[in-house]
Amino acid sequence: MEVVKETEQNEITVNRKNSYSPMKELWEKWKRQKTALWASFFIILLILTALLGPYITPYDPYKADYNATLQTPSLIHWAGTDEFGRDIFSRIIVGTRISLTVSFISVGIGALFGTLLGLISGFFGGRLDRFVMRCCDIMFAFPDLILAIAIVAILGPGLSNVVIAISIFSIPSFARLIRGATLEVKELVFVEAARSMGASNGRIIRKHIFPDTISSLIVFFTMRIGTAILAVASLSFLGLGASPDTPDWGVMLSMGRDYLGTSSHVVIMPGIAIFLTVLAFNVVGDGLRDVLDPKV
Amino acid sequence: MLQYIFRRILEMIPILFIVSILIFYFIHLIPGDPARLVAGQDATLEEVNRIRENLGLNDPIWQQYLSYMQGIIQGDLGVSLKTGLPVTEMFANRFMNSIYLTFASIIWALIFGILIGTISAVFKNKMPDYLGMVTAVSGISVPNFWLGLILIQIFSVQLGWLPTGGAEDWKSYVLPAVSLGAGIMAMIARFTRSSLLETLGADFIRTGRAKGLKEFILISKHALRNSMIPVVTITGLQFGFLLGGSVVVETVFSFPGMGRLLIDSIAFRDYPVIQAELLLFSVEFILVNLLVDILYSYLNPKIRTSTA
Amino acid sequence: MKNTILQVERLQTEFTNDKKKVKVLHGVNFHIKKGEVLGLVGESGCGKSLTSLSIMRLFKGTTARISDGEILFQKNKEEEIDLTNIPEEEMRMLRGKQIAMIFQEPMTSLNPVMKIGEQLTEPICLHLGYGKKKARTHAINMLENVGIPRADEVINEYPHQLSGGMRQRVMIAMAMSCNPQLLIADEPTTALDVTIQAQILDLMRQLQQDQNMSMLLITHDLGVVAEMCDRVVVMYAGKVIEEASVLDLFESPKHPYTKGLIASVPKIGNLKEKLSSIKGRVPTPENMPEGCKFAPRCEEAMPICFQKEPATKAFKGNRHCSCWLYDDEMRDVSV
Repeated sequence: MEVVKETEQNEITVNRKNSYSPMKELWEKWKRQKTALWASFFIILLILTALLGPYITPYDPYKADYNATLQTPSLIHWAGTDEFGRDIFSRIIVGTRISLTVSFISVGIGALFGTLLGLISGFFGGRLDRFVMRCCDIMFAFPDLILAIAIVAILGPGLSNVVIAISIFSIPSFARLIRGATLEVKELVFVEAARSMGASNGRIIRKHIFPDTISSLIVFFTMRIGTAILAVASLSFLGLGASPDTPDWGVMLSMGRDYLGTSSHVVIMPGIAIFLTVLAFNVVGDGLRDVLDPKV
Repeated sequence: MLQYIFRRILEMIPILFIVSILIFYFIHLIPGDPARLVAGQDATLEEVNRIRENLGLNDPIWQQYLSYMQGIIQGDLGVSLKTGLPVTEMFANRFMNSIYLTFASIIWALIFGILIGTISAVFKNKMPDYLGMVTAVSGISVPNFWLGLILIQIFSVQLGWLPTGGAEDWKSYVLPAVSLGAGIMAMIARFTRSSLLETLGADFIRTGRAKGLKEFILISKHALRNSMIPVVTITGLQFGFLLGGSVVVETVFSFPGMGRLLIDSIAFRDYPVIQAELLLFSVEFILVNLLVDILYSYLNPKIRTSTA
Repeated sequence: MKNTILQVERLQTEFTNDKKKVKVLHGVNFHIKKGEVLGLVGESGCGKSLTSLSIMRLFKGTTARISDGEILFQKNKEEEIDLTNIPEEEMRMLRGKQIAMIFQEPMTSLNPVMKIGEQLTEPICLHLGYGKKKARTHAINMLENVGIPRADEVINEYPHQLSGGMRQRVMIAMAMSCNPQLLIADEPTTALDVTIQAQILDLMRQLQQDQNMSMLLITHDLGVVAEMCDRVVVMYAGKVIEEASVLDLFESPKHPYTKGLIASVPKIGNLKEKLSSIKGRVPTPENMPEGCKFAPRCEEAMPICFQKEPATKAFKGNRHCSCWLYDDEMRDVSV
């Protein structure tokens, strides 16, 4: 028995020494996630496209050409043209900026408020915590997309209102996630130690609790971007998002719907753009989860 | 067990109450004058005022809320501004259509999700696993309305096997159910896989092998039963995803259900209908979550026997 | 007809980690006689459990694989089979019928969502071909045999409703239900309270004697060995380093490692004497030392120990030991 105990103790000390993992180790792990690595390159490409959008389109995405309507994909028009003869590939490129901006801003706002609420609620507990969680419960009583539709119905259609709608339905999920993580960290010894040394609450949250929740936050954020892109597209498709002449992916699908039977590329091409983008974010999210190993 | 269910139902009541107030209040924030909508663009100011008085729109909002709730208790959800029909009458067929559609989606999602998840877990890190998980992550990423349109293009336009819309017979349910269920199917597949992998590493599985049980029996009888507990929870949580998705998918397939009615009503600002729809959706969602909780505790003998 | 039920010869088992093969068992040799209780002792990580899993070939879900050696099992009076190369289907039919196994964790070794009865009747229906009713009666009998009160009620209960000791009794009932010739018990009492431990050990000893069954008892607790076993095999770093009858082993341990193990057991009355322990820990399979694998921790190590592995030598009284200390004594023994 003695022998066994001693070995166990040795093991623990050894593990402690090795448990610190610097960025380099993360990168090593990341490189091993082959699909996630490719997906992350694709996301970088998407972000570049979003930044450079208007400068790199082969055609003017807004210019109608009635001599070349509904052309199937060819070397001249890679993704074909729509009912006004506009180049679909150029419109998809310009649309990247809309999709990414709207989803990043809305998930960002949701994450910001949700994290703050979650940290405060989890850290202080008590009545405040119960109140915040009740509010979240009420928000959870509405399915995400239904809530977004309701909000847009009240505020009126338009991309800025879509941002508000998605931000609002993102808040409670972030709040719940971060609250859970906060509760876990709070109990750990080092927070107790920091407190006994006289650190202020704000400092404990900033220096000790928040850093421990960050890996969960990153993973969840990435996955929510995928959800948000789908939500933006859905709302636009329903006519509640971007205005009909905007080169938004959802709008393009919605407008192209009427030509499905005859010129299916009008529908297929923007759909592929949505699908690949969401896929990339989901794959990267999965990869990040495996690498960062948070308790999501 | 009964006590637990009772407590959960009690807990639901205040949430439902607050939700109904919120919906009622926010619907009144929708810009536009309902009385004007009913009267039409050519109506005189007097006519509009008369209609406003009739609809009770001049009363204070809390009074309007109380009379609305009173109506609900008596099974009256108000009158549509667009059609002039009672909302309950407009819901009657559409509600059942949507329920059938939801059920069809869940059922195919469960069957294929569990199947794909199980195959992936059993063949971990082999070809079937990769295929299964690629299918799953694609299912989560594909926009359901796009999937719907593609399915229409293939099975209705080109092959002519299935109708493009409506809800006449079982055939018209196939494509909407597939589009709507794809996302959930994918999530169920992923959760089944990870849950099953965890169970397959459990000690009692080794005990089963040491007893000489066949691998098939071990997986179907011992492992899956344990793995289904978290899967049930996930399916329930994703139910909201189905409700939201139904709005989009019903629009794609011109399906006479609750989701498309919501969009039509929003376009017309038919707010008694919008209000009733939102209320119904959240009640449905809350009820399903309650059901899942009960099912969860039923599947888990530890909970079932402790409070019985 | 041989008197040996199981003979393990040069058994080598390896894992594959990141495409690298890691050998954990480096040629294990021992045998179990009919009606005998053989103890297999050693620190955690020495390969005791892997040896038992190799005998049962319970490798599914791991990368473990037997790479060499044979495991001869006396299936019946006429037939002796090598468990390392029979088809999986044949192996499966042996498991639970001729060779049964009890595991360390009674808390997790039973399926939490199935009733005790359901789990207990499974091997009975499978191996003895009983119908549902008959299997149930048999199961209740088995539960009574292992000293479970109100057996006819327990059969309808779930594992979490039973205490740890009761669950281990259920595991024993399950293992014994098809009358196996060999029972492998892997740390069967480690997870239990001391008082319960004694009861379970008594029960196992009694059942073993009643059925004249052979038993392989894996443990790191020398107290359990002293109480239960006829013979002992000591393992270190994937090899058998000493083999002797219980009395011989405790009276005159030969290998320095065995001496260390025995010295680290507290003795009543020796309160003042400091408990000794063996320095260091078992080397991991990836970092096996050259020569004798125990040498780095051995207090009596000589230069040769760090260079060459000692061979196994036989001694009087049917004992074996692998250690350079006894190189001279070779002459005293006729092998």
